[in-house]
Amino acid sequence: MLNKRIIELLVGLFILVGIIAMFVLAFKVSGLSMYSGGGSFHVAAVFDNIGDLKVRAPVTIAGVRVGEVDSIAIDNSTFKAEVGMYIDKKQDKLPADTTAKILTAGLIGANYIELIPGYNESNLKEGALIIDTQPAIVLENLVGQLIYKLSGEKK
Amino acid sequence: MTDNFVEIIGLHFARNDHWVLNDVNLRIPRGKIVAIMGPSGSGKTTLLRLISAQLRPEIGKVLVNGVDVNSLARSDLYKMRSLMGMLFQSSGLFTGLSVFENVAFPLREHTKLSEDIIRNVVLMQLEAVGLRGARDLMPSELSGGMAHRVALARALVLNPQLMMYDEPFTGQDPITMGVLVKLIKHLNEVLELTSIIVSHDVAETMSIADYIYVIADSRIIGEGTPEQIANDKSPLVNQFIHGLADGPVPFHYPANKYREDLKL
Amino acid sequence: MIGWIEKLGHAGLLFCEHVGVSGLFLLRTILRKPRVIRLFPLVVEQVYSVGVLSFVIVALSGLFIGMVLALQGYNILERFGSVEQLGQLVALSVVRELGPVIGGLLFAGRAGSSLTAEIGLMQATEQLASMEMMAVDPLWRIIAPRFWAGVISMPVLIAIFCVVAVFGSYLVGVEWLGVDAGQFWSNMQASVNFRIDIVNGIIKGFVFGIVITWIAVYQGYYAIPTAAGIGRATTKTVVYGSLVVLGLDFILTSFMLGGW
Repeated sequence: MLNKRIIELLVGLFILVGIIAMFVLAFKVSGLSMYSGGGSFHVAAVFDNIGDLKVRAPVTIAGVRVGEVDSIAIDNSTFKAEVGMYIDKKQDKLPADTTAKILTAGLIGANYIELIPGYNESNLKEGALIIDTQPAIVLENLVGQLIYKLSGEKK
Repeated sequence: MTDNFVEIIGLHFARNDHWVLNDVNLRIPRGKIVAIMGPSGSGKTTLLRLISAQLRPEIGKVLVNGVDVNSLARSDLYKMRSLMGMLFQSSGLFTGLSVFENVAFPLREHTKLSEDIIRNVVLMQLEAVGLRGARDLMPSELSGGMAHRVALARALVLNPQLMMYDEPFTGQDPITMGVLVKLIKHLNEVLELTSIIVSHDVAETMSIADYIYVIADSRIIGEGTPEQIANDKSPLVNQFIHGLADGPVPFHYPANKYREDLKL
Repeated sequence: MIGWIEKLGHAGLLFCEHVGVSGLFLLRTILRKPRVIRLFPLVVEQVYSVGVLSFVIVALSGLFIGMVLALQGYNILERFGSVEQLGQLVALSVVRELGPVIGGLLFAGRAGSSLTAEIGLMQATEQLASMEMMAVDPLWRIIAPRFWAGVISMPVLIAIFCVVAVFGSYLVGVEWLGVDAGQFWSNMQASVNFRIDIVNGIIKGFVFGIVITWIAVYQGYYAIPTAAGIGRATTKTVVYGSLVVLGLDFILTSFMLGGW
């Protein structure tokens, strides 16, 4: 039977290693997200077509991630898509007439939202609704447009 | 205060749909050594477990010190059990603890005595069974007989009034048997215990028992003092006590006729 | 024909009975006045034998699994030109599924079987019975510490497994196969969500720990007290424990992906 002291030491060490592992998992592996309510504000945007946009897709300004999508729903009166998103509190100086665009990461990557700041003096606030938006580019429509254009040129 | 420390009245006990004990009546007088003997599997160990309420009878009562053990709530039952000590067939020593720690265990669990007092009590118990020098050994380093003696010391450490021995002599060498016989008798007198020995070692048991019950086929088939039992004329008791190979318990397991089997 | 149905019914009823007995057994073990000061050192001792001694097998397995995942992942991602997603692939697989499940299977095999064997042996050598005779409740003194030790050790072991696996995949992916370190980590961090993936993984760990330890101590306590009986009980612990882990994993995963 091992010395009691040694056992207690090893058990303490074991639990400590476990806790450290959990911290490593939290910060190194998951990059503990800050978009869980604490340091962010919530706005919504209305789109004609969201394409492939998913919940938790990034929200960016000038390509820099400032938030993420947290809900996607259909407005039952206008039949447009209403996308809710969290934006980091640090961006509270966004103009109230900011527009939103759905872009694709890379050529065949996932969709994300890019916010394009406007010129208004008042700021985008919690609960604001962005109506001036550009929908996602749907590949079929693009190809259709191209074919139409090409056949048009032929004439 | 009753004359009999343990009384078993009209006991029936079943296991797996067959009666292990059928209408058993026993009295264990205070301060005496009573032996319960019988062939293997006759329910002797079961009786001990019924007395300590580890098992419940289907019908019948088990009275210890005048109290029906099966009517007690859990905490009262534990208090009742501290009046009893039991020596198990495989000694039941805790394999992770040394001899000293094993004997000290009941003291540490049930009393708030200081370490010095515990140490002295444990050493006194070990001295009584002759193993004070072995106190730092582990159970795996003990011989069977020594393990039994340690278990005995442990069972006695809280001063029980009743000691139950489950097959204490089985498988021991003659010297160890002699030691155990001497200890059981000696401790019974000195500590004013009541002892119940369950055994099928006829010679050893008869040498120290004051009264003997013989159990077979789930019933008591004979009882009396050692002299009375030795002279008992009933065939089963006779066969058992004298170790006869054939009698009511037949030599041959039931089988077809010999001639037919050999296909002659 | 009727004979078969009869046997099936009988087996079903027997199963229900076992679940009932084991449920009551568990309740009796955990629902007692917690004499924490007395219980704590016993639990510490058991965490050593259940957790610390499983550390090596869990860590080594984690390392190998991380490394193999990196190898296989690289092999497939290369075809799509997206090897920089390797970190994300490994981290999500390990944290969400492989960590809890494989950790659970290893735990059932190593710690579970040893618990069952130990308790079964104590039953067979009448140690538990003599403890009862000394008016000490073995459920409190022997079973409960082992149960709590299992519940505590399991999430710890899983966390260790995950970290070591990610590290192993880093070794293979970045150091050996040449995936860019920055992309490896940043893609991983971008896609692994603390609450959804890691916390859920740890929750799975707790649940598996409870169930495996419960099965292990139950099988040990009610084992037939012979050498063969203990052997059978140990086998049952490993088999039932493993099956339950896999089954529960499915149920928990569907809850978690459904968003709770």
